[in-house]
Amino acid sequence: MEILYRLGSVLVAIAVGCGGVIGLFYLANYAINALPKPWNSRLLPWVYVSPALAILSAYLILPTIQTIYLSFFDGRSQNFVGLKNYIFAFTDPSMLVAFKNNLLWLVLVTGISVGLGLIVAVLVDKVRYEAVAKSLIFLPMSISFVGASVIWKFIYAYKPAGDDQIGLLNAIVVSLGFEPVGWLVERSVNNFALIAIMIWLYTGYCMVILSAAVKGIPEDVIEAAKIDGANSWQIFWRITVPMIRSTLLVVSTTVVILVLKVFDIVFVMTGGNQGTEVIASRMIKEMFNYRNFGRGSAIAVILLILIIPVMVSNIRRFRAQEKLR
Amino acid sequence: MASVKKKISFWQKTPIHIALVAIAFLWTLPSAGLLISSFRKRDDMLATGWWTVFQHPFELTQYHLGNYIEVLQADGMGQSFLNSLTISIPATIIPIAIATFAAYAFAWMKFPGRQLLFILVVCLLVVPLQTTLIPILRTYRDLGLSNSFLGVWLAHTGYGLPLGIYLLRNYIGALPSDLIEAAEVDGASHLQIFTKIIVPLSMPAIASFAVFQFLWVWNDLLIALVYLGGTVDVAPVTIQLTNMVGSKGQDWHVLTAGAFITMTMPLAVFFGLQRYFVRGILAGSVKS
Repeated sequence: MEILYRLGSVLVAIAVGCGGVIGLFYLANYAINALPKPWNSRLLPWVYVSPALAILSAYLILPTIQTIYLSFFDGRSQNFVGLKNYIFAFTDPSMLVAFKNNLLWLVLVTGISVGLGLIVAVLVDKVRYEAVAKSLIFLPMSISFVGASVIWKFIYAYKPAGDDQIGLLNAIVVSLGFEPVGWLVERSVNNFALIAIMIWLYTGYCMVILSAAVKGIPEDVIEAAKIDGANSWQIFWRITVPMIRSTLLVVSTTVVILVLKVFDIVFVMTGGNQGTEVIASRMIKEMFNYRNFGRGSAIAVILLILIIPVMVSNIRRFRAQEKLR
Repeated sequence: MASVKKKISFWQKTPIHIALVAIAFLWTLPSAGLLISSFRKRDDMLATGWWTVFQHPFELTQYHLGNYIEVLQADGMGQSFLNSLTISIPATIIPIAIATFAAYAFAWMKFPGRQLLFILVVCLLVVPLQTTLIPILRTYRDLGLSNSFLGVWLAHTGYGLPLGIYLLRNYIGALPSDLIEAAEVDGASHLQIFTKIIVPLSMPAIASFAVFQFLWVWNDLLIALVYLGGTVDVAPVTIQLTNMVGSKGQDWHVLTAGAFITMTMPLAVFFGLQRYFVRGILAGSVKS
C-alpha cells in the first residue's frame, strides 16, 4: 500500500509539474489572441520569452547581484564590513590552502584529461573497435560525482599492514613489497587521489568532443602530408593539433569551469579535511557549517570573477558565429 | 575512412592497440570492481579483495542479492530512488517546455532587445551556481519552498534553462526559413507553427537537451543538499548515498550496492540514448 501511495504521489507530482507549465503557455496564448490586432502581435513574443526571462532573473541574475551585495556584509548580513570578507578570502591560511589545491586541480585535471582525451581521440580513429573503446572510456561521464566517489573510496580503501588489503590500489602496493598507504589521509598524496577521480570522469568527455573535431579534418589534407613524407608524429603536431585548436580551447575552458566548481568529490571523499579543501567546497562550508553568509558570498564572487574571461570569450565566439549566418 | 584504416598494416598498429586496450581496461576496472563487489557477501568483502572471485569465478554461491535488498529497504534507497524520479522528470520537462518556447521566439520572432537578451543567456551559461545559493536559500525559507519538490524543480529549471535556450535556439534558428514563411502565408498562427512545425522538427535537439538535463539533475548533489536540506523523505539517491558514506563508511556491502543503484538510471540512459547524449555534449560544449 505504502509503495502504491508513493508511486501515486510521484505520478501526480510529475503531472502537475509538467502539465502546469504547458497549460500556462496555452492560456497566455489565448489571452493574447483575444486582444485587438496591433497589440497581440507585439505582445506575443513576450509571452514566449517571459517565462524563461522570469526564471532566469529569479534564479541566476538577481541572486548573483544579491550575492555580490552580501559579500560586503558580515556573517549575518547585518553590518557593512567593506572588503573584510575579501581580505579574509585572500589571507586566511585555510583559504590559501584551498587556492593552492584548486590550482593543482586546474593544472592536472585540465592538462591530463584534455591531453589523454586528445591522444585517445587520435588513436581510436585508426582502429575497428572504435565504438566500444569510446563507450568504455566515456561511460564514467554518466556517473554522478557521489557514485564515482564511492567507487574510488573503495579503490583507496586502507587496512593496516599485515591484513589482507581490500582496496585495489593498496593491494598492488603491498604485493610490490611496500607498506599500505592511507591515500585519503596522507597529505602528500590525498589531493592527487581526489584529482584522479575527476580525470577518470572527464577524459571521456574530452575524447568525445575532440574525436568529433579530429574526424572533421579533411582527409586530403592528411593524404597530402603523407605524400610529402610526413610521419604520424609530424601529422599530429603540424596538422591535427593546429586544425582542432579552437575545439581544444573550448574543451579546456569547459574543464576549467567544471574544476573551479568541483565540490561533490571533496565533500564526499574527505569533507575537505587533511588539507584537501578547494574553493567551492570551502564556500559551502562557510555557508552551511559556519553560517557566515558574508564570507560564503565573497568566495562565490571570487569564483564568478575567475569565470568572467570565459564569459567574454563565449560572447565573442557567439558574435563571430552570428556574422557567418 | 575505411580505406585509410586498411592501409596501415596490423603490425604497425600494435602499439596503438596496446595503448587503447590498456586505457579502456583501466577506465573500466573501477566500475567493474564496484559491480562485482556489490554481489559479494559482507564477510567475504571485508576479508578479501573483489578480484579474488576470479580464482573461481563460476562458484555462484559466493554471490547473492542480499546487499541490494538490504540497501533498498533498510537504508531507504528504494524511497530515494522514487524521490530522484519525482525530482528528475519534472525538472527535465519544465525547462524543455520553457526553453523551446523561448528559443522559438529568439530564432523567429522580432522584438526589441532580442539580440541583447540572447547574449545575456550566453553569459548565464557559465555563471557558477554557487553565486546564487545563499539568496535563493533565504528566499526559499521565507516562502516555505525549502524541502519541497516544487522548489527543487524550479531551481533546476533555472540552472538548466541557459543551456536549453542556447542549444534549441541554435537548432531552431537553423531550420529552413521557407518552411516557416510558407506556413505564415497559409495563415498559420505562431502557436500553430510552433506545435505543428517547430516542435516535431526539433525533436533531436530536444532529446539531446532532455538527456543532458535528466542526467544532470539525477546526478546532482549540491542543489538537493542546499534546497532539500537532507530531509530523508524527499532526499534523492545522491544524498542518501552521501549519508551512507558518512554513517556506514566501512560497510562496503551496502555502499557498493547503493552506489550501483544510483548508477542504474544514468547507465540505462547512457546505453539507450548515447547518440543524443553525445550530440548534446557536442552542441553544448560551452556550458559549465
